[in-house]
Amino acid sequence: MIACASISVIETYYHLRCSLIFKSAEVVIKKFIVAAMLASVFIPAVSAEEVNVYSGRQEALIKPLLDKFTSQTGIKVNLVTGSGDALISRMQAEGELSPADLIIMADAGRLVRANQLGLLQDINSDEILRHIPASLRADDNHWIALTKRARPIMYVKGKTDPYSISSIADLTDARFAKQICIRSSGNIYNQSMIASLIILDGEQQTLEWAKGIVNNLARSPKGGDRDQINAMVAGECSIAIANTYYLGGMLTSDDPATRAVAQQVGVIWPDQDANGTHINISGAGITKYAPHKAQAQALLSFMLEQESQQWYAEVNHEYPIIEGVKWSDELASFGQFDAQKVDLETMGALNDEALRLMDKAGWR
Amino acid sequence: MQRWLVASTVTLSAIVLLPLAVVASSVLSIDVDLWEHLFSTVFSDYVSNSLLLALGVGLGTIVIGSSLAYLMVNFDFVGKSILSWLILLPLAMPAYIIAYTYTGLLDFAGPVQILLRETFGWSRGDYWFWDIRSLSGAIIMMVLVLYPYVYILARTAFAEQSYSYQKVSELAGYTRWQHALKVSLPLARPAIITGATLAMMEALADYGTVAYFGISTFTTGIFRTWFGMGNIQGAAQLSTVLCMFVLVLLVLEKHSRRDASKFQSREHAGAQRQRLKGPVAMGVFLLCLLPAVFGFIIPFLQLLSWSVQYASVGDLSDFLGLVKNSFLLAFAGALIIVALALLVSYAKRITGKRSLKYSEQMLSLGYAVPGIVIAVGVLIVTGWADKAFNRFTLEWFDYRPGLILSGTIATLIFAYAIRFASVALQNTETGFARLPQKLDYAALSLHGGLFRMFRKIHLPLLSASVISALLLVFVDILKELPATLVLRPFNFNTLAVRAYELASDERLLDAALPAISIVIVGLLPVIFLTRQLNKSSV
Repeated sequence: MIACASISVIETYYHLRCSLIFKSAEVVIKKFIVAAMLASVFIPAVSAEEVNVYSGRQEALIKPLLDKFTSQTGIKVNLVTGSGDALISRMQAEGELSPADLIIMADAGRLVRANQLGLLQDINSDEILRHIPASLRADDNHWIALTKRARPIMYVKGKTDPYSISSIADLTDARFAKQICIRSSGNIYNQSMIASLIILDGEQQTLEWAKGIVNNLARSPKGGDRDQINAMVAGECSIAIANTYYLGGMLTSDDPATRAVAQQVGVIWPDQDANGTHINISGAGITKYAPHKAQAQALLSFMLEQESQQWYAEVNHEYPIIEGVKWSDELASFGQFDAQKVDLETMGALNDEALRLMDKAGWR
Repeated sequence: MQRWLVASTVTLSAIVLLPLAVVASSVLSIDVDLWEHLFSTVFSDYVSNSLLLALGVGLGTIVIGSSLAYLMVNFDFVGKSILSWLILLPLAMPAYIIAYTYTGLLDFAGPVQILLRETFGWSRGDYWFWDIRSLSGAIIMMVLVLYPYVYILARTAFAEQSYSYQKVSELAGYTRWQHALKVSLPLARPAIITGATLAMMEALADYGTVAYFGISTFTTGIFRTWFGMGNIQGAAQLSTVLCMFVLVLLVLEKHSRRDASKFQSREHAGAQRQRLKGPVAMGVFLLCLLPAVFGFIIPFLQLLSWSVQYASVGDLSDFLGLVKNSFLLAFAGALIIVALALLVSYAKRITGKRSLKYSEQMLSLGYAVPGIVIAVGVLIVTGWADKAFNRFTLEWFDYRPGLILSGTIATLIFAYAIRFASVALQNTETGFARLPQKLDYAALSLHGGLFRMFRKIHLPLLSASVISALLLVFVDILKELPATLVLRPFNFNTLAVRAYELASDERLLDAALPAISIVIVGLLPVIFLTRQLNKSSV
C-alpha cells in the first residue's frame, strides 16, 4: 500500500509537470517507469493478502514464526521492528491512516500504554480468547499475552547454597553486601519487577527493598541480563537477577565458552511460599484502525497454536501460555515455579511510579 | 535571483527545522511534578556526566586529531601513504560497536582479566584494573572513533597555511616545534575547534555506548523519561535543555573563529615538508599508527574472528540485501544533505543575510539531538502532512491515498537531514570561508550569474570540503540507528539495524558479521574519498 501511495505521488507529480510544460507523453511515461523502478528498489512489492506488523520484539525473535505463517496461509507479513514506545508514537502520529494491523510488544507495560492511548481494539474472537486465562489478557480484550518470561535469582552452583535464599527480600541482608549483579533501572524488566512489588508490598516497603539492593550491589549497574550472568560466573558477584530465557539462550549457544559459563549457573525460584516469582509477558494487540483485521486475527490464532507456542518454548526459551505445550530441556531443567499473581494492567500502569521509586533509591 | 536564493534557502531550512520546533514546543507546558522529581534525584547526574563526556571527547579528539594532522602535513616518512587512509578508518566504526568489542576484551569476565587472574592466582579485590564501563571508558571509546573529525578539518587547515609563515618563523629564530605551537596551531585553531565541536555534539547525542556502560546522561535520561515513565512531553523538554547546551557550544565555536578567515589564504599554500629518516621516522610512524590500531585494527580483528567463527552461510543471501539497502540509503542521503548544506552556505555567502546565519546555526542543532527524539518530531510533522493531504484529496477527489510520507525512504532521509546537516554545513562553511570574497567580485563582474559562478568557480575550489562532507555524512547515516529503526518502511532492514538488534540482545557473536559489514561498506568510500582528498587538498 505504501508502495502504491508513493508511486501515485510520483505519478501525480509527473502529470502536473506534463500539463505545465507540455512535455511529450513518451518522456513522461519513461520518467514514470524510472521513478517506479527507483521506488521498487526501496519498497518491496506487496502481495494481495497481507498483514502489517509493528513489533517491539526484535526480528530474530519473531521472523521465523511469521515466515511459517506466510507459507501456511499465503498471507504476507510486512514487518517493522523497533523500540516499543517509538512504534507507539509512530502509530499515534499516523492516526487512522496507520497501516499497522497488529502490534507485538516485549512487555505488558507497552501494551497497556498503547491501549490507554486508544490505539487498540477488541480482538473480538472467541477462538483466540478462549485459550487465554483472564489474568493474561486485558480486561477489555484489547491485548493478549503470547508468552511468559520469568525473572528468578541465579547463583553459581557449588558456591552459594540455594536453600539459603527463599525470598528476594533475603537479598537485602548484610551477608550479600557487594554480592549482587543486576542491570540498570532504565530497563523494562526491572521496572516491571518493581511495579509488581509495589502492588504486592506497597510503595514504602518496595522502596526499602530497592535501597537494600542498591546497598548490596557488587558494581554500578551496567550491561544486559547475560552480562550479569557472565560477571557472576567470573566471580564479580555471587547473585544475579536475570530473565530465564537469557540463561536458556546461553545454554544452547553455538559458542562453547558461553555454554560452559551457563552450565555453572543454577536457578532459585524465590517467594514460593508467598507471592511467587516475578513474571512478565510478551503480547500482542490489534490496532484500532487495522486495515486487515481478519488477517491480524488469523496471525494471532496462529501464534497461539500448539506448534508456535512450542517454537517459542524451544527456540526462545520463553514459557508458553497454552497448557500442555512441552518446554525446552533447558526450561525444564530450571524447574516448575509459582508465579506472582499480579494484574498485568495495573503493573503496566505503575511503570512510571516504579522508575521514580528506583530514582529515589539511587538505582542507576 | 538573490531573492529566489534566499527564499528557497529559508523555506528549506524551515521545513527541516519544523520537527525540532515541534520538540521544542513541549516546553510550553512544563510538568512541574516531573521536574521536581528529576531535580531532586537524577538531573545533576545528567548534567555533570554529559558535560564531562563532551569535554573529555572534545579534548581527546583535539589532542589526537590535530597532532596527527600536523605530523602528516609537515613531515615525510616511510609508510605515510598507508597512514593517510588508516587514520580515517575509525570513522567507519560505530561507537557502540567498539564499546561492545572492548568490553568483551577488557571486562572483568573478559579474556584479559581472566588471564591475569589465572596467571597470578588473583581473585576479585586482589588487584586493580581499569573499569572500561565507566565515564572514562566512554570518553576513550568515543575519542577513538571521533578523532578523524578533527583530523580531517585540521589537516586541510595545516596544508593551506602559507609557506611564508614558516619563513618568517625561521627568520625569527623559531625552531620547528616553536613554529608549530606558536604559529601553526593558533592559525589552525578554528578548524580544530569546529572538528571538536562536531565530536562533542556526537558524544552528547550518543545513546548506545552510555546506556551499555550504565552512565546517566541527558540521552539516557530522555529514554528513561519517555520509555520508563511514558512521559514523551518530559522527554522532549529534556531534549530541549540539551539543545540549549549545544546552542551555547555553537555560539562559542562561532566566536572562536570570528576572525579566522583573515589569515588563511591559499597563496603559497603548503608548508615545506621535512623528510624524516631512521628511528625518528619509525617513531613518528608508530605514533601515528596508534589511534588507528586502537580505533580500528584491534576491534576489527576481534569482530572478524567472531564472524568467521560464528557466521553461518545461510545468513549471507539475506545479507546482500542489507548491504545494498545500507549503501543506497547512505549514498542518497549524503548527496541530498550536502546539496542542502551547499545551498545554505552559498546563499549566506552571497547575500550575507542575518536570517540565513541564524537558520544555519539552527540547522546545526540537530546533530546533538538523539536520533530517537528527531524521529518523534519527524513522525508528528509527517503525520500532520499525511492527514492534511488525505483530507484534501477526500474533499476534492473523494479518494484517500493513505500515508504518503510516513514510513517512506523520503521521510527517513528527511530525518537524516535534520540530524546530519550540521556535519555537512561545518565542512561547506569552512570551505567557503577559505575562498576570498574578491573571487566573487571578479566573477560577478563578468556577468556570469550566481549559479554559473557557483558551478564554475566555487564548486571546483570547494571540492575538498564537499568530498569530506559527503564522506562524513555517508558514514554517519550508515551508522545511524534509532531514527532508522523507527521511521523505516516495512521489511526494510539495514546493517546497523541488524547489528544493533543482535548486540542489544547481547548476542555479540552473532552481531559481529553485520557490524563488520558496516565497517567494510563504510571503508569503500573512505578509501575512495581519501584518494580524492589527497589529490585536491595538497
